[in-house]
Amino acid sequence: MTNLRAPAWHPVASSEDLPFRHVFHGQLLGQELAIWRADDGNVNVWENRCLHRGVRLSIGINEGAELKCQYHGWRYANRSAGCTYIPAHPADAPARRIANRTYPAVERHGLVWSAVGETPAFEDPLPDLDWLPLRPLPVDAPPEAVLGALLDARQADTPVDALPPLGATLILDGAEGRRAAFFVQPVDSARSVIRGLLEPGAGDPLGVLQRFNRILSALRDRVEAAALAAPAPVPMTPVYEPVSVELATMPDITIGRRATLRVAVAAKTDLAEGIVGFELAALAGHLPTFQPGAHIDVHLPNGLVRQYSITNGPGELLHYDIAVKREPASAGGSLALCDTVRVGDVLAISEPRNNFPLRRDATHTLLLAGGIGITPLLSMAKALHRSGLSFGLHAFARSPRHLPYNEPLAALGEGVATHFGLDPAGTERLLAELLQSPGFARHLYVCGPAPMLELTRRLAEAAGWPEEAVHFEYFRNDRVIEKGTSFTIELARSALTLGVPAGKSILEVLRDNGIEAPSSCEQGACGTCLTTVLDGIPDHQDVYLHGSERQSNRCMLTCVSRARTPRLVLDI
Amino acid sequence: MPPAPLAPALLDQWHPISALEAVPQRRSAGTLLFGERVGYGRGPDGGVAVWRQAAPEVPLPALERYGYLWTSFGRPPDDLFAVPEYAEPDRVNVCAGSIGVNVSAPRAIENFLDMGHFPYVHTDILGAEPHTEVKDYDVAISNDGNEVLATRCRFWQPQAALTATEGLEVEYVYRVPHPYCSVLYKSSPTDVARMDVIAIFCQPTGEETVRAHLMLSMLDQENSLPALRRFQQMIFGQDRPILENQYPKRLPLDPRAETPIRADKSAIVYRRWLSTHGVNYGVIPQAA
Repeated sequence: MTNLRAPAWHPVASSEDLPFRHVFHGQLLGQELAIWRADDGNVNVWENRCLHRGVRLSIGINEGAELKCQYHGWRYANRSAGCTYIPAHPADAPARRIANRTYPAVERHGLVWSAVGETPAFEDPLPDLDWLPLRPLPVDAPPEAVLGALLDARQADTPVDALPPLGATLILDGAEGRRAAFFVQPVDSARSVIRGLLEPGAGDPLGVLQRFNRILSALRDRVEAAALAAPAPVPMTPVYEPVSVELATMPDITIGRRATLRVAVAAKTDLAEGIVGFELAALAGHLPTFQPGAHIDVHLPNGLVRQYSITNGPGELLHYDIAVKREPASAGGSLALCDTVRVGDVLAISEPRNNFPLRRDATHTLLLAGGIGITPLLSMAKALHRSGLSFGLHAFARSPRHLPYNEPLAALGEGVATHFGLDPAGTERLLAELLQSPGFARHLYVCGPAPMLELTRRLAEAAGWPEEAVHFEYFRNDRVIEKGTSFTIELARSALTLGVPAGKSILEVLRDNGIEAPSSCEQGACGTCLTTVLDGIPDHQDVYLHGSERQSNRCMLTCVSRARTPRLVLDI
Repeated sequence: MPPAPLAPALLDQWHPISALEAVPQRRSAGTLLFGERVGYGRGPDGGVAVWRQAAPEVPLPALERYGYLWTSFGRPPDDLFAVPEYAEPDRVNVCAGSIGVNVSAPRAIENFLDMGHFPYVHTDILGAEPHTEVKDYDVAISNDGNEVLATRCRFWQPQAALTATEGLEVEYVYRVPHPYCSVLYKSSPTDVARMDVIAIFCQPTGEETVRAHLMLSMLDQENSLPALRRFQQMIFGQDRPILENQYPKRLPLDPRAETPIRADKSAIVYRRWLSTHGVNYGVIPQAA
């Protein structure tokens, strides 16, 4: 007796079941599957259940790089099944690693193969052969009975090659000597699909297919009649694995400044004058889910850590593409990458982190990029373009030679405009024009050099843009950080009181005392170390917070900001 | 394995079985409640009778409230939860339909409490992209622990009701005064000071099947009864295919079964409240 639950690969769909932007409803061993092909050709086999509220993903929408659940519009990325967007909370990046359950997928011989439970490495059952897939035939009978009937139906005195666990190559009686390989897909304890592959041979192809169809249909009638007469086996119970505790209880996951991922430099290209592009590829499988606007920390061979925005479009998880501006005057981060790192080198990077999340609930999104500031906005524009949402991307650069990503930008259609060689007055005139009217539910994202950001924020405010509709990301904090004061911090949740001496940051004092705190740029620009202030007045030295957030005294960045009062109470 | 006995919170409770206007005169009709056959009818004296269709037939208590006939397998309280608005003279009270759905009663209630699906399931009526945000709201257990109450719920709606002519931010209050019933108060497009009432009363015909009875108590004096019914049935008709594609069909009470977000606060409290009351039908109880 075949142990159906033994680890094994089974065919679960035909390649033909996966036309453009379709989601196919499959089933294997009682477990329902949502099977879909992304526009990049990758086949996804996922549990057929959105883990938010259990709605089948097979009724979801294949957007080409993301699958969108019908119920609440949650988006899940190609390959990782990681959640990239939750429309009910459009201003937040899904902070927790929400991912649907995935199953392995291999496409071979016009069939999609998968496995539930523990999975051995895939071995092609018919290596080096190119056989023709037959029409799949669903049979309401136990898989073992179907396999038995196939074996019984072979031409007398012909050989059988077993294809474990539920298949065989054989010559069916009446098949005029034509060999075929049959795989029985165990749908459930009493449901099967016969998936056949036909040996190439002579004869009218249509006639051959019709003959096989007749033989197999008659076989189905026999097996189903026998199954009806026998007691029905108990259906398999689908396994609904519980989500992790942190997903169920909703705390934010803290990602420290840790280089948890290893990537290989797969390509290094000159993107523009003084700008080098790096393709950072996964060493195996795919990289973690990211959202538009997200960045990674790159740990450099010289010990420095630098932040770079991911420029990829949705669902592109085989590599992260980043762009690095060569800045000879800087501390050596960009030089180390541009000059020292070569193709094939392995780099340590952090998981993607998003402090610049893209809302997808705007009636129109305005993206303003200055120079290398195009990087996070390119990822946003790709996501908006793919979902058919209205946006305008304005890229400012000294000349066409200074603007990276000309080709991908051109692919984004009419929403993209480039502006070259404007003097400060010209830039201001154009920005003022672009920012003329905030309109209804429009959002503005701006990334670029500090003077451009300051100007844009000033003009937006003057034009009446609400503060919460203006989103910005600085490359770095150019302010001179004052570190001369000393004060006390009380950690409300950890019940600790610590002294912060002159010359040390709050973040460093936390680390010295064994408290794991997330951080990234450590210069007050990225917002990763944002902390709630319960009492006391912070001395803000960052460029991340909005004016009203600053004045509220309810939050601060612990990497650079200090205290105006002798004591700060923090929610840590 | 014999089914576990019904929890007192369900046994000693009123359950709806029919719209009063559909109770036959001098004849009887049958339906299912908790998988058991129940008969009902109105006698020549005008009185309503309900009985268990077993041998011998067992009389069951009967209550006429909010346009529906209610019964119980245990010892129910004297009266049902209060919906005082129903008695207000200027309202139009409508039985808007009794619709069978292949899902458990608690899943249907949870869907009724949910605002996040409006733009996706009730597109261009109760919601529309890009206005997808579920703003923060308040949830509490009120009425001595007997009711879940969600207040300050706001959502942008293109056509909140038949009388609505343009999009507006609508305010909702949700009550769950019964494990399988919910009452929704919604700002009225015609009267800013008062609210329309829409209620769902679920009849658990089985663990994974339900008849959803809809009740409206509207301030709308313009639209005909058929128009009001049609609008409500169209809305519910959009929910139904979603509900019938939810797995598992019974509502899992283990917090780790699914992934809640802030917008699901009312559902989180509702699931916990069902656990507290020991509700054991139409749910997958939390493992001990």
